[in-house]
Amino acid sequence: MIRLALWPLGGVLLGGTVHLASVLLLPTLATQDAYSRLAPIAPVNEVKPIPAPTPENATMPFMDPAFAMAVCRYDISEGPLKFSVPVSLAYTSVSFYTRAEVAYYAINDRAAGRRVIELDLMTSEQRGELPENEDITAADRLIVESPTTTGLIVIKALAPEPGLLAAAQAAAAAAKCIQVE
Amino acid sequence: MRLLFGILFTLGLAAGVGLGATWLALTQGTAYGGVTIGAWTAWPKTGTPGIDPYARAMIARSGELPIGSGDGVAFFARADDGGRVLDGRCDAALDGMTPQARFWTMTLYDPEGRLVPNSVQRQGFTSQEIVRRADGSFEIVIGPRARPGDWLPTGGIERYMLVLRLYDTPIGVATRTAREAPMPTLIQKACS
Repeated sequence: MIRLALWPLGGVLLGGTVHLASVLLLPTLATQDAYSRLAPIAPVNEVKPIPAPTPENATMPFMDPAFAMAVCRYDISEGPLKFSVPVSLAYTSVSFYTRAEVAYYAINDRAAGRRVIELDLMTSEQRGELPENEDITAADRLIVESPTTTGLIVIKALAPEPGLLAAAQAAAAAAKCIQVE
Repeated sequence: MRLLFGILFTLGLAAGVGLGATWLALTQGTAYGGVTIGAWTAWPKTGTPGIDPYARAMIARSGELPIGSGDGVAFFARADDGGRVLDGRCDAALDGMTPQARFWTMTLYDPEGRLVPNSVQRQGFTSQEIVRRADGSFEIVIGPRARPGDWLPTGGIERYMLVLRLYDTPIGVATRTAREAPMPTLIQKACS
């Protein structure tokens, strides 16, 4: 009797392992994640607008319709990236995601404190290779370290009322991400 | 023979239990580490590198991009203050104040995160569109039929959810109580 009960017990214990493994593996196996949804409309290292969400069609679920969005799908394996976006009328933010959609950094226009949000995106290795004596430039250059070589930069500009959406879209689309050789 | 049967039974049970638990956790469950104030729940940690594995799996499955913690925080409501599940055929009133933030948006989605079609093309409000009382509080009426004042149409769908997003806000991972974050009350009333 006891030996017979050991089989289901083993099954449940093994099931726990299967559960943990599947939760941990799911992000790498997902084919409909945000990165995969954006890849067809976003060429590498270029800023492209994300179409405004409508009830019939949205690139991703839970998009905020009050925002104009643009994306730069980056690959910095060949070298760092220079990113800039002019600040829009109301509110502008730039969010950084890894390939697996982990939001590792986000900044808004007030935190940037200027009319243009400017920053350099690089891996920690590329940062280590920066010349040591650039103290002056380092002070006014915001450096963001990406934990992965690929990922997403998402630019968001708020339209406080629907009539201002076109202006917000223009501001988001004016972002630039340029690879440095 | 009995050994083979036992092994097959155990492996089958393991797969069923394991994948079943994963399915349940990702569709029914809600990630832990949430901050609940009234009808509203936020998961500020999903916008940081400290995101937990369950939230990561949920996000990978749904295809959404979590709001970065330097950008803002999103509060979700699927039921009203009394725990009644939000029904698009009923009227609901959203009343009160929002926590400190430079801007906020209130958006209505179906349970899958899609916007809801309606005759007036309104899916939400921003903090600048709202009519306020003298003390700064406001009321939004949510319901299937047009109302005077700030009306958020449900399109008559059966289930919906509200998302209040605060942008450039001190509310975040450290927030715990309603005193730090006064959220608007949400009360569902008559159904048609």
